[in-house]
Amino acid sequence: MARVIVDVMLKPEILDPQGQAIARALPRLGFSGVSEVRQGKRFEVELDGPADEAALSDVRKMAETLLANTVIEDFSIRVEG
Amino acid sequence: MSAARVGVVTFPGTLDDQDAARAVRLAGAEAVPLWHADHDLKGVDAVFLPGGFSYGDYLRCGAISRFSPLMTELIPAAQAGLPVLGTCNGFQILCEAHLLPGALTRNEGLHYICRDQRIRVESTRTAWTADFTDGQEIVLPIKHGEGRYVADADTLAALEGEGRVVFRYAGGNPNGSLNDIAGITNEAGNIVGLMPHPEHAVEELTGAPSVDGRHFFTSILKRLVNA
Repeated sequence: MARVIVDVMLKPEILDPQGQAIARALPRLGFSGVSEVRQGKRFEVELDGPADEAALSDVRKMAETLLANTVIEDFSIRVEG
Repeated sequence: MSAARVGVVTFPGTLDDQDAARAVRLAGAEAVPLWHADHDLKGVDAVFLPGGFSYGDYLRCGAISRFSPLMTELIPAAQAGLPVLGTCNGFQILCEAHLLPGALTRNEGLHYICRDQRIRVESTRTAWTADFTDGQEIVLPIKHGEGRYVADADTLAALEGEGRVVFRYAGGNPNGSLNDIAGITNEAGNIVGLMPHPEHAVEELTGAPSVDGRHFFTSILKRLVNA
């Protein structure tokens, strides 16, 4: 058993109006010193077996085909624990 | 001669399939219901992917629908020349399926927008727009929260250079789409995707802002009859 984390973020050049709205809300809550917020998605993928090279290669394929739209999003993969 | 047969796809969460089928019938074609879970295009002459919230817009709009059994049949057929029209969620599905370039993202102002929108027809060289005139301004309803068209600079330049921007918002950009893009086509001109809703603008009786949507369906009928 292993857990693989896939983080998906809009590419830097893609406008993120949700992140902007969050950034604008922070000062109202008394938080200062924040210049930008970008919002993304985190996927926790539980594997039946170990996070070996083959399994991670599969997760990469999952990310490319479904979890992220690589036209507008970047993703990163890491093993947790 | 038998009537042209236009397939109308229903996914779980599709909303506009009944209006789509009605618009197809009003133009004189036969509307053929296509079910997302079937590996069967039923031999139709063209396909209409209507709007809604297929698969609840889970993950991303159109991201799950794009892998449905019906889409695995539709993608190669469209690549081989089958005329396909996608409106709203249908446009999002076409982009997720990479049948059209770019993507639709959250509206710039974050609001869901529902209003009548002026749109300029930029290309009459597609299977679905031949009955318009170049530069014609029409009015169609829009209703979406994720309709901001984005693509990288090279893709945008190619779309503009090849005349593949089919519709542009006029009188103000409602969602922040790059280059005011409301709809695009593929290189062959058989696949068209747009955020506005022609199927909601085919009859005065429904309080539609116009009947400009009819031309989409008369265009495809002429194409099919002359094919």
